Amino acid sequence: MSFRDLVGFAIGALRGHRLRSGLSLLGVAIGVASVILLTSVGEGARLYVTGEFATLGSNLLIVFPGKTETTGISPFLTEAPHALTLEDAEAILHHVRSARRVAPIVFGVAAARVGDRRRDVGVIGTTSEFLGVRQIRLRSGRYLPAGELARGQRVCVIGSKVQSELFGARNPLGEILHLGEERFRVIGVTAPRGLSIGQDLDEIVHVPVSRGMKLFNKISLFRILVEISSHQEIPAARRNALELLKERHEGFEDVTIWTQDSVLATFSRVLSLLTAALGGIAAISLTVAGVGIMNVMLVSVSERRREIGLLKAIGVMPRQVVSAFLVEAALLSTAGGALGLAAALGATRLMRTMYPSFPARPPFWVLPAALSVSIGVGLLFGALPARRASRLDPVAALARR
Amino acid sequence: MIELSGISRDFQVGEETVHALADIDLTVPDGDYLSLMGPSGSGKSSLLNILGCLDRPTRGSYRLDGREVARLPEEELSRIRRQHIGFVFQFYHLVPRLTAAGNVELPMIFAGVERGERIERVDRALREVGLSARARHRSEQLSGGERQRVAIARAIVMGPRVLLADEPTGNLDISAGREIVRLLEERNARGLTVIVVTHDPDIGSRARHRIRLADGKIVSEENAVADGAAVGLRSR
Repeated sequence: MSFRDLVGFAIGALRGHRLRSGLSLLGVAIGVASVILLTSVGEGARLYVTGEFATLGSNLLIVFPGKTETTGISPFLTEAPHALTLEDAEAILHHVRSARRVAPIVFGVAAARVGDRRRDVGVIGTTSEFLGVRQIRLRSGRYLPAGELARGQRVCVIGSKVQSELFGARNPLGEILHLGEERFRVIGVTAPRGLSIGQDLDEIVHVPVSRGMKLFNKISLFRILVEISSHQEIPAARRNALELLKERHEGFEDVTIWTQDSVLATFSRVLSLLTAALGGIAAISLTVAGVGIMNVMLVSVSERRREIGLLKAIGVMPRQVVSAFLVEAALLSTAGGALGLAAALGATRLMRTMYPSFPARPPFWVLPAALSVSIGVGLLFGALPARRASRLDPVAALARR
Repeated sequence: MIELSGISRDFQVGEETVHALADIDLTVPDGDYLSLMGPSGSGKSSLLNILGCLDRPTRGSYRLDGREVARLPEEELSRIRRQHIGFVFQFYHLVPRLTAAGNVELPMIFAGVERGERIERVDRALREVGLSARARHRSEQLSGGERQRVAIARAIVMGPRVLLADEPTGNLDISAGREIVRLLEERNARGLTVIVVTHDPDIGSRARHRIRLADGKIVSEENAVADGAAVGLRSR
């Protein structure tokens, strides 16, 4: 018997009980769609994060005080016996050959006030190099002035949102902004950029690093960003910087240096894991759908006892009965899979139009995987009912009315 | 040619063994018209199932056209049923979702007959049972007699050597039943071996070769041809 005839027979049988077929098909569709949607969200998160890291600037070393005891994205830091200082930052710039730019950073939250408008803002204390390292664009004015690190002027550059909330439509350039008890003259406004690595740069105020340290009463830097001249130099630069800081810190290796690559790889790994976990959770619904197919096929077998008995009487072989029922189950699950795939692709497209910055996109392997998995589900869960059908005793099956 | 010798069929019912057939010897020559009669439980259906290779005897030998088939595996029995045996049942056993033509086509689909040839043979079989006009009707749109004619068309479409009919008129009114008997006899006249199980003496007595069963044994066998007597076609 030809495969085409087999499929034709199976389609005829499925049409014989449309509601039941439709419902179990829907079950598979929901299962497949949820697997695709959840993996798309996971994959979207991965693409989003890696994209964000790309905007961080290239060839970056990130130095921070303390030593990570474990690997992973959430560092458990031991107490650093030595502060990470501005002198450390300068030393890196001067002694690590491939270091092109160094941007020390302190970070804190301060109460900002302009006239009688107030709000809390994140304050980054850094240097003029931060502009290039973080690839920040200005909307108006200029960025923090270059100069000796220790001697910061009382000037600041504000994010676009800080501007609109504290100054309204007024031109903020040259105006005074109070941070805590201190007065800062606004010299620049950054262009809107939105979230970047969890920080909304539009809501940030940039001040010279020494001012920032005073403002927050810090003796240690929060980070030192080091831009390396080329990608190949990164491992060597990292080693050099570590040695240099160890030397400066009396032999204690009390800093951690992440390369952008390693951070990216870690995030990517974690998020791939997340994608797999989400997919795994969604796969449960696919299994449930498979059980649904099995149930429908079992009902079908017991309801069609006479038909199966007749098929055997007219000389249909047991293995042909098996393939007829398997094809039926596989058709159900494949049609369900195709439906689920279409629904999921539509939904991810909708998500992308609604949240353009979040690239919810099915992983590339989703199409072949969804179809082969749904065929597999049909064959797997159709196997038991098909065997049951093929073992039906024709004499008993036909004896009943 | 069907040759049964020493055929027994036992069923296990709980602790007890029921002897549905006990030591049956029977020869059915090609082109025979045989009726199996007897009260319910006499074993006539069991015998029919064994003759039709739907069931295997517990003991004994069944030679079909000289080939021993009593111990063949299921796959082989399926092939024999497909090629050599046609069934007609009391309750027709049409597949309800299929049209008359679809039901007749069914054995050929699974036997791997080409589509073009299938259509041709369906047409011919339906014409032979006088149902060409009903080819596109589903079974619920057909009367009992028409359903049984579809079943006969389905039984003959593979060109079998033996046609087995289990109470073929049991569910039909007199005139529809007469039409079915006429069709079966017509096939027999064209050389097909016809074996009918019935409890209706009017139908059973029409056969040239008549067997009565009781308690799984043959209690009487009449053979009009072997006895040399003319076979009168009594009307019912």
